[in-house]
Amino acid sequence: MYEFDWTSIPGALPFLWQGMLVSLKITAVAVVFGIAWGTVLAMMRLSSLRPLAWFAAGYVNLFRAVPLVMVLLWFFLIVPQLLERLLGLPPGADVRLASAMTGFALFEAAYYSEIIRAGIQSVSKGQMAAASALGMTYGQAMRLVVLPQAFRNMVPLLLTQGIILFQDTSLVYVSALADFFGAAYKVGDRDGRLVELLLFAGAVYFVICFAASQLVRRYQKKLKTA
Amino acid sequence: MITIDNVSKHYGAFQVLTDCSTKVSKGEVVVVCGPSGSGKSTLIKCVNGLEPFQSGEILVNGISVGDPKTNLSRLRAHVGMVFQNFELFPHLTIIDNLTIAQIRVLGRGRDEATQKGLQLLERVGLKAHAAKHPGQLSGGQQQRVAIARALAMDPICMLFDEPTSALDPEMVNEVLDVMTELAQEGMTMMCVTHEMGFARRVANRVIFMDQGRIVEDDAKEAFFANPRSERARQFLAKILHH
Repeated sequence: MYEFDWTSIPGALPFLWQGMLVSLKITAVAVVFGIAWGTVLAMMRLSSLRPLAWFAAGYVNLFRAVPLVMVLLWFFLIVPQLLERLLGLPPGADVRLASAMTGFALFEAAYYSEIIRAGIQSVSKGQMAAASALGMTYGQAMRLVVLPQAFRNMVPLLLTQGIILFQDTSLVYVSALADFFGAAYKVGDRDGRLVELLLFAGAVYFVICFAASQLVRRYQKKLKTA
Repeated sequence: MITIDNVSKHYGAFQVLTDCSTKVSKGEVVVVCGPSGSGKSTLIKCVNGLEPFQSGEILVNGISVGDPKTNLSRLRAHVGMVFQNFELFPHLTIIDNLTIAQIRVLGRGRDEATQKGLQLLERVGLKAHAAKHPGQLSGGQQQRVAIARALAMDPICMLFDEPTSALDPEMVNEVLDVMTELAQEGMTMMCVTHEMGFARRVANRVIFMDQGRIVEDDAKEAFFANPRSERARQFLAKILHH
């Protein structure tokens, strides 16, 4: 019978907290840039300019059809060298965090763009017509009338996707970057207490994600009654 | 003011408008009626370029709507339009609905735009609702706000696309009253509507459309007294009975 021994956790908490910060940082950057780039992709996909629509469709389909962990690996292999050359960094500088953020943002943008596209399409066509009839250009109508309504409808979905993204950040362990999961793994490995550390990490992920989805659900209810 | 010359439009093989020609002079009120699917809404949406058309020409105040070189946004800024489903912006308050295009399109200052907006809300009897959102207003109130929103742009003419069709019967009159007042003040208006009482009261001319063609285009008195086509006679017989 396996004997649990949790004693290595309290001492490792500061290190684990550092890992949690890395996870949160990657999540925040990927959400912000993913939504921004995803909005651009969604508008391209809905554009009447064929090449733009094709590019966006190709991008989205490509990223949705390959495993996230593979995209991350590509970025760990390619982006560090690219950044070194672009920014003139000394070889061996740690750009793993930057490349993880880039990889996540580009990958998540594909998912966000589909959510945003559905959100834009959920705003009735009459709204665009009314904005145009008032003399707004296409860009003004999008920015001032269509997108604000689309985003209001989409907030719950965008947040849910953010929660999924937070869980997915654990995949950066492939680059040996010490995010929360990676930190827990390292501590467990060091002390020979992998089972305990991974159970603990799992519990933390569960508590955070479950609480966040409950908040999203409550917000969604409020949105419906408003 | 508005000249429609031989306009035709088709969606693929389906002909929506065939050789439509008419004129609306300054200060004139023209009512467009006809059975559903006759193309009347499409025709009025061609006037401000919301619907493209394949052949013919439409001039608004001397500017060609179909010309690709025309800055349509600039033209539309001065052609008011009121829609069947109001199309107020639900994420903005009533007063913001009235000021957003004044500020962003006409470049007016916020104070000036707000003042103008409140003035127009007062005119349609809704000043007390300025801070509310569209969802808190009845259909009739929303449509009056929509009219005020269009007027805030100081339009040279107004287009109405079935403005009372989506309203409960008891709210129709409050909207028609605002439109009547507007007509009496000399606004150039083109109205797609089935409200024949309104047509009788304020229209100068009535256009009757069927299957994408303008079948009748007559002075109001002549149209109601003695429609020339059998189709218009049947149409009038049906809707005037109620």
